[in-house]
Amino acid sequence: MDAEIAHDDKREPGAPPALALRHFSKRFGGELALNDVALDVAPGEVHGLLGQNGSGKSTLIKILAGFHAPEAGAELRVNGESVPLPIPPGAALGLGLAFVHQHLALVPSLSVLENLRIGQFATQNRWRIDWRRERERARQTFHRFGLLIDPDARIRDLPQVERALVAIVRAFEDIGLRDNADRPGVLVLDEPTPFLPRAGVDQLFALVRGIVRGGTSVIFVSHDVDEVMEITDRATVLRDGVVAGTLETRQVSSDDFVELIIGRRVKLFQTEARDLTETPIVARISSLTGTTTEDVSIELRKGEIVGLTGLIGSGSDEIPYLVFGAKKARSGTIELDGNRMNASAMVPSAALAASMTLLPADRLTAGGVAPLSVADNITLPVLRDFLGPVGLDWSRMTDRAEALCQAYEVRPNRPAMKLGSLSGGNQQKALLAKWLQKRPKLLLLDEPTQGVDVGARQAVFQALHAASLEGTSVLCASTDYEQLAQICDRVLIFARGRIVQELRGTEITKENIAEQCLRGLSLAGIVEEEAAAT
Amino acid sequence: MTETDRIEGPPAAAPPTAAAPRKFDWVRFAEAYALVAGIVVLGAIFGALRPESFLSWANITTILGSQAVLVVLTLALIIPLTAGDYDLSVASVLTLSGMLLAVLNAQHGWPLWAAMAVALASGLVTGIVNAAFILFFRIPSLIVTLGTGTFINGVVLWVSGSMTVSGVSFDLVNWVVVRRLFGIPLAFYYAIALCFALWYFFEYTTAGRRLLFVGRGREVARLSGIAVDRARLYSLMASGFFSACAGILYAGTIGAADPLSGLTFLLPAFAAAFLGATSISPGRFNPWGSFVAVYFLVTGITGLTILGIQTFVQNLFYGGGLVLAVALSQLVRNREAQDFS
Repeated sequence: MDAEIAHDDKREPGAPPALALRHFSKRFGGELALNDVALDVAPGEVHGLLGQNGSGKSTLIKILAGFHAPEAGAELRVNGESVPLPIPPGAALGLGLAFVHQHLALVPSLSVLENLRIGQFATQNRWRIDWRRERERARQTFHRFGLLIDPDARIRDLPQVERALVAIVRAFEDIGLRDNADRPGVLVLDEPTPFLPRAGVDQLFALVRGIVRGGTSVIFVSHDVDEVMEITDRATVLRDGVVAGTLETRQVSSDDFVELIIGRRVKLFQTEARDLTETPIVARISSLTGTTTEDVSIELRKGEIVGLTGLIGSGSDEIPYLVFGAKKARSGTIELDGNRMNASAMVPSAALAASMTLLPADRLTAGGVAPLSVADNITLPVLRDFLGPVGLDWSRMTDRAEALCQAYEVRPNRPAMKLGSLSGGNQQKALLAKWLQKRPKLLLLDEPTQGVDVGARQAVFQALHAASLEGTSVLCASTDYEQLAQICDRVLIFARGRIVQELRGTEITKENIAEQCLRGLSLAGIVEEEAAAT
Repeated sequence: MTETDRIEGPPAAAPPTAAAPRKFDWVRFAEAYALVAGIVVLGAIFGALRPESFLSWANITTILGSQAVLVVLTLALIIPLTAGDYDLSVASVLTLSGMLLAVLNAQHGWPLWAAMAVALASGLVTGIVNAAFILFFRIPSLIVTLGTGTFINGVVLWVSGSMTVSGVSFDLVNWVVVRRLFGIPLAFYYAIALCFALWYFFEYTTAGRRLLFVGRGREVARLSGIAVDRARLYSLMASGFFSACAGILYAGTIGAADPLSGLTFLLPAFAAAFLGATSISPGRFNPWGSFVAVYFLVTGITGLTILGIQTFVQNLFYGGGLVLAVALSQLVRNREAQDFS
């Protein structure tokens, strides 16, 4: 472990922490998203930050980046010096804080070099850019970290791993260019790994080790316990806005982390277990392979609601689009009610003809058209029903839209209103009505209640339950564990593109889904080996 | 779940909504018909200033008849605009169609019907070529049609030897501008008929509805099972075909074809299409809105010309009218971003 030896050398006794937070709180509406959080990051340390969705991780990061102002009483010290809060937007870099977010903020059509220098060009006025010198400097930087990246390559042509590396190098260089650059800085990596293959993660970790060797600290935000175990010196776990604990990574096991992340709480909700073993299987998805998913097979019984979930990057969210033909599958077959189809040749019109419908997660670019009316949107898939002797019968179309909006509790129920002027929840109810009026045999959903208020969630759940009673089978990709626990008969856990776990009946609880997702990555290795062996 | 029974597909008999009768939306009405009122106001002003010349029946019928070409061209344009594609080649197709007709009919002695068939086919072919580049190579329609349009202009100059070709069959001229119904040239009624047909197509056919979704939400349309590329191909073929129709009308109106004057229709057609999208069915390209917009613009221009103002006023009016009118309609909508494509 050369990284550890290295930082033992450079840590001077009595040096103040690179970053010290005290009493960080943040209130959204009535809820405390962050409650009196304290955190110390030593110079040259890799410090993990873990927690589930909604645990307060991103709120904390956003306060440091200057997006949010913390509640009064918060204190922040950088290298021992007190810093006034809130941090003005854009001032974080001047303090030595740089951020790399999951969506790397690179311009794909520009070169590596141009992307590296965006920050400097944005803030400085230079009338003569010496491209040769800049290129040479970039080469040296890459060389120092052992990276073989061509500064003239376009970002678009690089593999995902190298893009992430470029973004990290850029953030590191930006820290080095601030006014008092002799002080160590802090680099925040916000979930940099979910879309990387294992070899890419190793490369990224090598870069991180290279960076901390120079005295810079790294805050590593992640869902992935195994990765946190591998790269961090210490890690802080947030749960429901409070610090659940800070652990010395070398002294604990991954189970200790999982327990801290989930907590041991009393179960609040029990799914109503349905016995569907007597009902026939209507849909068979076999060996489906897409961009991230590998060889996925799922069988659905008539009226069954199956949840697909996993940590971000697991591939579970890809399944509905692959099955519907909205995204090209590489291979696999889909069989619905005896009708066998080749997944790689699937297109949306064929899927619709086979009685499938898809409600995508991206409501206003893929689900419905905001500037058109609710009636326009709802009647689109069933226009043929309204053809009369003189063309489309608008009064019947409006009546249908009004009746559906009433049944699905869309408020206000005004078919002539633009879809975009409804609230998110009501848009979703209207779009659900659009597809359920076709009484599909298989309904495919991706994050059906994202950005949907609590009341509308219940209406969506009821509609799904009612549809399943009428015989519609439902495949629902979601990372909202509570929702899955409420509606699913079965939940499939994904990791690295494969199904690693199946939960049924009483196993389906919010906590258990969360736990299995966190453990999924360790299981994925075993599943991959098994697949390789056969 | 006791309430699940309520959630079924379309209930057989939905109880009539108890909501109070909806109030008449005056703002929306004013927005939809502001342009019509604009024509009346302009007419009243010019009529008051020059009653003898502006309000004469001869002047009014001239205004109505002479702008049929622009109406047809604008209607051709709003088809691909509705599907989310620009077609900058419409005026070039108009010129090409008129020139082919004149060359074949007047110089080579082809019968009128055969020359017309070739002219119309040239429009369809242009549409197919445009669509091939836009859809196969995924190039923005703005670039492709700018290129093909310029290319066609070259072809027209070549075919005509840069000369005006006159001597088009009098039958055509007769059926376009000489014959009149209620004193208005027949060309005007052709434009009205096309307007009506297109309005019916957009509002009352499934294909028209699909075209609207293709333009407004390509991904939504694709995921709803619509063959998006086919719809775009047909819309570009339609704009080529109707632009060629406008070319035939233009040749019939002036009894000849010249290689350049048709190109000046491009900006007025775009102005009328966008201005028309703020009228009748605001926020959508629509045939009757385009119709009203053409006559609004032309009323202003004719009036100013009669007052003795120079011809450059045309450009001032087309350009200025477009920007000002769209800006006004934005004010009515509290500057909510208008999404035309």
